[in-house]
Amino acid sequence: MGKSIEVHNLTVSYHSKPVLWDVDFELPKGKIIGVVGPNGSGKTTMLKTIMGLMKPDSGYTEIFGQPLDKVRERVSYVPQRESVDWDFPADVMDVVLMGRYRKNNLFKRITKEDRRIATEALEKVNLLEFADRQISQLSGGQQQRVFIARSLAQQADIYLMDEPFVGVDAATEDAILKLLRDMKNEGKTVVIVHHDLQTANEYFDWIVLLNTRLVAAGPKEQVFTKELLQEAYGGRLTVLSKLGDLISDTEFPLREPDFKEDQPQD
Amino acid sequence: MFDLILIKVLFGTFLLASSSAVVGVFSFLKGESLVGDAIAHALLPGVVLAFILGDGRHPGYLIIGALIAGLIAHYGITFIEQRTKLKSDTAVSLVLSTFFGFGILLMSYVQRTGQVQQAGLERFLLGKAAAITMMDLYVFMGLALLLLLGVALFYKGFQLMTFNEDFAAAIGLPTGLIRFAFTVLTVLAVTVGIQTVGVVLMAALLITPSAAARSWTSSLPRMLLLAALFASAAALGGTFISATLPKMPTGPWIVLVLGFFGFSSLILAPEKGWLARRKRATSNRNKTQRENLLKLLYGAEERAGEPVAMTADAMVDAREAHYEGLTMTLRNLKKEFLVVERPDGFALTDMGRSEGRRVVRLHRLWELYLTERLGMAADHIHPQAETMEHVITPEIEALIVKELGNPEVDPHQSPIPYEED
Repeated sequence: MGKSIEVHNLTVSYHSKPVLWDVDFELPKGKIIGVVGPNGSGKTTMLKTIMGLMKPDSGYTEIFGQPLDKVRERVSYVPQRESVDWDFPADVMDVVLMGRYRKNNLFKRITKEDRRIATEALEKVNLLEFADRQISQLSGGQQQRVFIARSLAQQADIYLMDEPFVGVDAATEDAILKLLRDMKNEGKTVVIVHHDLQTANEYFDWIVLLNTRLVAAGPKEQVFTKELLQEAYGGRLTVLSKLGDLISDTEFPLREPDFKEDQPQD
Repeated sequence: MFDLILIKVLFGTFLLASSSAVVGVFSFLKGESLVGDAIAHALLPGVVLAFILGDGRHPGYLIIGALIAGLIAHYGITFIEQRTKLKSDTAVSLVLSTFFGFGILLMSYVQRTGQVQQAGLERFLLGKAAAITMMDLYVFMGLALLLLLGVALFYKGFQLMTFNEDFAAAIGLPTGLIRFAFTVLTVLAVTVGIQTVGVVLMAALLITPSAAARSWTSSLPRMLLLAALFASAAALGGTFISATLPKMPTGPWIVLVLGFFGFSSLILAPEKGWLARRKRATSNRNKTQRENLLKLLYGAEERAGEPVAMTADAMVDAREAHYEGLTMTLRNLKKEFLVVERPDGFALTDMGRSEGRRVVRLHRLWELYLTERLGMAADHIHPQAETMEHVITPEIEALIVKELGNPEVDPHQSPIPYEED
């Protein structure tokens, strides 16, 4: 099948404190993949680093065997719903149309084709009748579906979603799940950051178990074992967290000056 | 009165004010209202230096001086925010005061050395639209047009960067370029704006039109247009007042008129405005009062097993009503044929009975919901149900009835009265 995402020796810091330690895994194509771990385990950081929003101290990531910049139009990103101000003056259609923005159409007007694709995306998340609604008047579940519609409008091959199930009603949850299965049947890959262990086993085919370090990555039957879950949720490793504090306090640089991102030393 | 100078000044201020307002909309939406203020103050040393080094009468030097100082100030703020643990308001104040202090220092130096153009310098502090020359007008008209064009060109970029910067970066938009363009436009807008209102009042010209416009619309294009209109109206009005009254400065008048727009918008705006909220509060109070009266009468009928009438005094005694507004509520209920007045008091009509039954039903349904679904004790649920009976809509009622499986009695074993049909 080939690989969708590769993460190699990734170490990432936030305010000069490492939140991901030397994480290394590969993900398959055409699966629904959950990135699972307790609060503060670096799940969002992982996603942001893959999307190029955070710079790693060391290591690198690839999508479809290439650096992000080469395949950007095939990658779609759904940030956390709470990361934006929903009081922004825009209606639902405005936001979904943002999924059609590209580097090469930044200075061009929105086309009819863009509108058609955005309308189709809204239909898929059952929000077409809300197209003219102010985004501030939406419920949490509807806001989440607007974000997913925007991502669908990108017409990508791989979708990275940050906690799309947080704070949504049961109807939205079902709608998202159905959508994910449809996407999978079309051969798309979906990577979802998720914190709820209860539902993770039911939602995903593959699971990446994270707690500042990689605990396990693989088909859910292999990863969802009592031992591995205990390892991921049994608190952070004392040595790692002490060392992280020390690095943060002394502002010690983690990045090797002569480290080359594009030449992994194996 | 309508001489050439006035028309010139009116037209100039119109262009200057609307172009700064349009750029200000994005700062306002980003929650960076103070950055424009900081940049305005920071321009002063750049402008004065341009005066000393170049030809003070030519606006080109001023613009270049302002642009350089503004960019340094902006990147200074960003640098401090990123490299230190200082909060952004501290970084903004730090840069603002340091640059402004330096600017004042330079100004005193120019004054002491007695350069000829020093009179022109003072207009940057408080603005002096009347001092605009024809040359200034052409240059600033060009700048204003450039600003409006810039915003139109970068509309998609500014919109997305303001709403969701991470997404803009994730889809590969040139975020650095967009941010730089916005900074340049802001600095230019401030440069243009301080001609009319001066450094000290510049923040008002950038932000107040947006605040006023946001009260009236939730569409970004309409907000941009409205902000430009508010700013232009204020500029025209302010200029007009200061030209009509003797010895009145233009800048402060423009800002005062703008402030008037801003505050009246906050008061008058639909839905979010102060008046609308007061009206909503009153209407909620009235709704509560009338529904309580109908509920009271329905309860009395339920206990008596037959239609009964109650006097206004009896209603107050039953503690479901207070005197304030009681007569008016009763009059309204009568007008809507929900109650009739009889010699012995007020009694329900069929319509009123059905409405009273609805309120009692919602009260009991909510009590049941609280005990069944939220596990609350039966002696704790009454106060909340007193509020919810006025809030629950027919849709939510249907949901509750369905979820509880068409319940017959509430937690106190009182029957839940459904509509007989």
